[in-house]
Amino acid sequence: MKGGGDILLTLVVQFALLSLLAIGGVNAVVPEMHRQVVDLHHWMSNEQFSELYAISQAAPGPNVMIVALIGQHVAGPLGAVVAMVAMCAPTAVLACTVARVFDRYREAPWRRAVEVGLVPLTIGLFAAAAWVLARAADQSWVATAVTGLAFALIYWTRVSPLLVLAGAALVGFLGGL
Amino acid sequence: MSDSDQLREPAHDPIPGADDGAAVPRPSLPELMLTLVRISVSSFGGVLPWARRVLVEDKRWMTAEEFNRLFAVCHFLPGPNVVNMSAVFGLRLYGVVGAIASLVALCAVPVALMIVLGMLYDRYGAASGISGALSGLAAGVAGFIVATAMNMATPILRRRSGVELGIAAVAFVAIALLRLPLFPVLALLVPLSVALAWWRRA
Repeated sequence: MKGGGDILLTLVVQFALLSLLAIGGVNAVVPEMHRQVVDLHHWMSNEQFSELYAISQAAPGPNVMIVALIGQHVAGPLGAVVAMVAMCAPTAVLACTVARVFDRYREAPWRRAVEVGLVPLTIGLFAAAAWVLARAADQSWVATAVTGLAFALIYWTRVSPLLVLAGAALVGFLGGL
Repeated sequence: MSDSDQLREPAHDPIPGADDGAAVPRPSLPELMLTLVRISVSSFGGVLPWARRVLVEDKRWMTAEEFNRLFAVCHFLPGPNVVNMSAVFGLRLYGVVGAIASLVALCAVPVALMIVLGMLYDRYGAASGISGALSGLAAGVAGFIVATAMNMATPILRRRSGVELGIAAVAFVAIALLRLPLFPVLALLVPLSVALAWWRRA
């Protein structure tokens, strides 16, 4: 699906709007990204979304890189760059404009209220991202078992998450997932 | 003079806002960019710990306190936190040019990597073996994200705050189970949650 200007424009509008909703970080908008990319635009399958997300997490770099992968998948290298600029520029301008002002009000009661109020939303949205990704990735009982085991190892032990992810990839490779 | 110049701290050495008096010279623009490139390529599993280590401990361009305050502001505002942080840091040092240079430095190599990996994925992602490894990786990453979600939820579970648990649960159900669009959900829940936080404040 190498599109022309229309698809680039769609990417710009979609990611610029999404960035402004990304409270507490990019993961808050992963479920909405999935809804738009998989359910509305049919740009990729459920499984492809979970795999591209996994690649973006396993590679180094800020966690916003899923946006570059979506852009690349939909419209090639230009799509990746366009989607990234759309995702980063508006909020970077916002941050550069108001960071100083907001830092000055860090003890203000209204700012405390906004920060405290956003916490449960950030958590609920992150949990939603986890749910959506697990549903997309776990197409078989082996995959579900891998998710469960990875969760247990990372949550209850001090094993490096990167080691766990390497192990998960190896199980998938050997087990013919 | 542009607006950005007013936003910038008055130029003085050492780095504007450095309050511990340590004589750390202001990095040159290429040095700043190279350092951000280095952070971006070494940051497996999240940029934040690496950014802190390099900027605060190795380079001492900012104190731990400054780093925390900058992160708090960028976490408060929407968007990719660490990317926004680098833009604000660059702005403080070199104005708009510094902000843009920092964004490009932090993102260029990872984006190029994503383009290459994305092309390889489109071409070979369905090949047997590779497909299996990717499915396994995706399942593992899902477990990782679930574990992170649990860690994030621990404080409000421990506080047994009914209001916070309620808001988190409503957001989860609306987005994960009902698959409602994010904008109306946030338009309703953000004011509600902030109002409840205001009302409960000590």
